[in-house]
Amino acid sequence: MCGIVGLFLKDKTLEPRLGEMLTEMLITMSDRGPDSAGIAVYGTDRDGQAKLTLQAAEPSQFEGLAEEIGNEVGATIEQRVIDTHAVLGLPQDKLSAARQAIKRLRPDIRVMSAGDIIEIYKEVGLPGDVAKRFDIPKLTGSHGIGHTRMATESAVTTLGAHPFSTGADQCLVHNGSLSNHNALRRQLAREGIEVETQNDTEVAAAYLTWKMQQGHTLGEALEAGLADLDGFYTFVVGTKDGFGVVRDPIACKPAVMAETDQYVAFGSEYRALVNLPGIEDARVWEPEPATVYFWSH
Amino acid sequence: MQTYDLEADGLRGLNATLQGASGNETGWEVVNPRGSHAIAVGLDAPLDVTVKGSTGYYCAGMNQQATVRVAGNVGPGVAENMMSGTVIVEGDASQYAGATGHGGLLVIKGNASSRCGISMKGIDIVVGGNVGHMSAFMGQKGHLVVCGDAGDALGDSIYEAKLFVRGSVKSLGADCIEKEMRPEHVEKLTELLEKAGIDADPSEFKRYGSARKLYNFKVDNAY
Repeated sequence: MCGIVGLFLKDKTLEPRLGEMLTEMLITMSDRGPDSAGIAVYGTDRDGQAKLTLQAAEPSQFEGLAEEIGNEVGATIEQRVIDTHAVLGLPQDKLSAARQAIKRLRPDIRVMSAGDIIEIYKEVGLPGDVAKRFDIPKLTGSHGIGHTRMATESAVTTLGAHPFSTGADQCLVHNGSLSNHNALRRQLAREGIEVETQNDTEVAAAYLTWKMQQGHTLGEALEAGLADLDGFYTFVVGTKDGFGVVRDPIACKPAVMAETDQYVAFGSEYRALVNLPGIEDARVWEPEPATVYFWSH
Repeated sequence: MQTYDLEADGLRGLNATLQGASGNETGWEVVNPRGSHAIAVGLDAPLDVTVKGSTGYYCAGMNQQATVRVAGNVGPGVAENMMSGTVIVEGDASQYAGATGHGGLLVIKGNASSRCGISMKGIDIVVGGNVGHMSAFMGQKGHLVVCGDAGDALGDSIYEAKLFVRGSVKSLGADCIEKEMRPEHVEKLTELLEKAGIDADPSEFKRYGSARKLYNFKVDNAY
């Protein structure tokens, strides 16, 4: 079991409340996943600027990091440390050089997400505690995805928590379990795609990255996944301007969606959606099996 | 009519109250369900319960005698293992509605998703809209009436449950075939539609059931 929540805002006046609404939804799904929790939020686009979300075992590992990377890549880097995570703001054209520099300077620091606007926060612990640690209710943005984890396929660790980033401004969360992830991990390794953990979802994320590197759109990559990913899954994916949902053909992992003029919302259960504005009059439905749904701004 | 506020007074209190209800006060209204699980389960008295809003998993499970109405949608496993009584859902139902039900009537006015009536053992289910894939899987007894369309693998590995579908069937499951609609079937279907309060013409339905080819071991099927 795991819990998924997602919110894609159509009404800009709700954007200041994105973090608060997602947190409330996430906490409702604590019963489905008390091991760990994570959230991906898509904030405001700043022209020419990119973002990196980093994770370290200890916040002290971030000390002086921005200056050191800045010196290496020749740019001014902003750094905001929040508990075990840090969000770096940097010029877009320095993003890949900065990632290389981090690998050299601080090999223990992990990149949670990279892109223009995405930020990913995830940790072990109850969803409410995780949201509090990272001050998630204060986050603003146009869309976001959250996950509460009850681990089945790999250990309860920060890196085993969701969301997994699948490329620039992309992320994936998963409820279910994949049965062919070991074979797929070996296949991806031969294609030069590395995964860091023993987690099945990370393999699915890497699979989508691989497909998109070959020129597929996210929608096409998800369609291809229906044939290549064996097991149970409800996936929710995020992109810079969009939000998608796909369930395996058996569709035993629950999913409920709601749409109004103001938003599209996803919940593993209807409980997660009950406090959303205007939910009483929303169109509420269960996404069909083996069908890719996608919304974009 | 008595009102129970689920948000204020909690789920255990609701089920304990309904399970212990006696006397003439049989009408109950449950407000603020907010998608909670296991609402009005294990009832065994001729109560009339209306849930004002959508529910989560296993609403009205194991029902006996009572009538439970849901003015909203229901999550997975509504009326699971129902023995008798009536459960009416005004909206849609999630997966495995009426699973393993032994008796009683389940009416879903909207659509039901996958595995509706899985392993049904005598329950009657009437769905106003469509049903998802694998509905009536291993259905042993009872009736499933679908006024809309049925998804893939309808009636897979079915025993003696009788299926009536008005719309299209995406595919039939193993050992499920279309069967002749005889007068007794039209009569039963008319009765079920009437009981469910759904206006549909019985002559537009087709009947499906078991080819009874999986009942016995056949050496030709062995590997």
